[in-house]
Amino acid sequence: MSKIEIKNFNLYYTNFHALKDININIEDRRITTIIGPSGCGKSTLLRSINRINDITEGVRTSGEINIYGENIYDNRTNVDTLRRNVGMVFQRPNPFPISIYENVAFGLRVNRISSNKNVINEIIEKSLKAVLLWDSIKDKLRKSALSLTLEEQQRLCIARVIAVAPHIILLDEPCSSLDPVAIRKIEELMIQLKDRYTIIIVTHNMQQAARVSNDTAFMLFGELIEFDRTEKIFTNPSKKETEDYVSGRFG
Amino acid sequence: MIKLTPKLSQKLSYLILFLATVLVIMPIIVMIFIIVKNGISVINWEFLSSMPRNGMREGGILPAIVGTFAIVMCTTMLTLPTGVCAAIYLNEYARDNTLTRLIKLGIVNLAGVPSVVYGLFGFGIFVMFLKLGVSIIAGALTLSIMELPVIITTSRNALNSVPYSFREASWALGVSRWQTIRCIVLPNALSGIMTGAVLSIARISGETAPILFTAAAFYVPHLPHSIFDQVMTLPYHLYIISTQIPNMPSNVIFGTALVLLFMVLTMSFVAIFIRIYFRKHRKW
Repeated sequence: MSKIEIKNFNLYYTNFHALKDININIEDRRITTIIGPSGCGKSTLLRSINRINDITEGVRTSGEINIYGENIYDNRTNVDTLRRNVGMVFQRPNPFPISIYENVAFGLRVNRISSNKNVINEIIEKSLKAVLLWDSIKDKLRKSALSLTLEEQQRLCIARVIAVAPHIILLDEPCSSLDPVAIRKIEELMIQLKDRYTIIIVTHNMQQAARVSNDTAFMLFGELIEFDRTEKIFTNPSKKETEDYVSGRFG
Repeated sequence: MIKLTPKLSQKLSYLILFLATVLVIMPIIVMIFIIVKNGISVINWEFLSSMPRNGMREGGILPAIVGTFAIVMCTTMLTLPTGVCAAIYLNEYARDNTLTRLIKLGIVNLAGVPSVVYGLFGFGIFVMFLKLGVSIIAGALTLSIMELPVIITTSRNALNSVPYSFREASWALGVSRWQTIRCIVLPNALSGIMTGAVLSIARISGETAPILFTAAAFYVPHLPHSIFDQVMTLPYHLYIISTQIPNMPSNVIFGTALVLLFMVLTMSFVAIFIRIYFRKHRKW
């Protein structure tokens, strides 16, 4: 059974039909990228998977998104639990203006995952190790998170998500504010994390999609045009629009 | 016609702008100077800590200080929690529909109602209808109604200045909306809320019209025993001794004004310091 199953999913912003009848099955422990030109709905689709779109005014949806067989748009779904299981990293690094330590501990404390100091310390160490940040910052955990470089901040944001133990991690253009060296490092990190998490990335950057992902979805004007193995999308796509886009003829 | 060179016109415009600034600042400086010069002679511990004597011409102004303090405390305890809660609701939860737009419009317009209208309203509702009588609580409730729009507006601005990305980051960790407000939004908005609160305390301690019919007494021979007592207050006392009492020594009038001025200015400075302190320690 695939992990995330999106069935006949539609989303409207007031009167604007932003996602049109999306059907897609995303498998476990793989990296899936969603590509497409600006305004095609790729971020909207990503933000539907943890229902953070709910908060935006005027959003209506129809259809289903099933995660492990459970429809997250069902009325009984606890949205906060869902968001803990489906973590999200944003376009711009957004650490809280508190210490590095407190940033990672925040989700643990507020969600009452643990109040035991030793357990928290252990999870923080594990999470920071997972994002390869531990060695460089283990001596300055009490410093403000905003003193880190943008790349380190983005890693910290990923660590903060990992700390609350999600199964799925959504990344919304996670590299768009980073320089090429930092992008390389974040990409390597994503490949490492693939063994433990199901990862979905929205990206503008086609090379990035080709480098890191196993599967690629191509979207255009709110519709899913094609979804397949990444090699297939980039070498031998079955749709004309996909070929035009990946070969750089528009977008 | 003299032809102005760019350099000369530059100098001339500087001069005009500078004079305009001086013109604005001058009255305040002159006013403070006159009050201090004429009033400082009566300021001593006895003036601040004893009851008025001889038809208020002698003695101290303790009951007026205590009365003002009591009303201000009471008002703050009423407005701050309710105002901040309303601001949180309007800024964080309320959907943008006709009702909330009407409420927001009402709040902005309430701030423009003349204070004497609040005074008469408070007299009608709290003193007469609710039978609270002329009392600290009636005055505090009246001032609260007047001050709430200000507290709500400043608190909303403070909440609004917390970046949306902080909220998103918190929600995305599975933190509920209320927990996000409590643990992320409020701590980061606190300085703005505090500054607004202190400034409004400064403002209400000088208000006269709203408490004229609802709390203030001409003369009370004792300090208030409960919030249902009438009290003397500094602004009203100042009005009485300047207009109603024959042969009033002018240095006592100026001294009373000085005490009131000092209280208000101190609170404004506290607000400024809070703002400077938090701005220095804020990192975003």
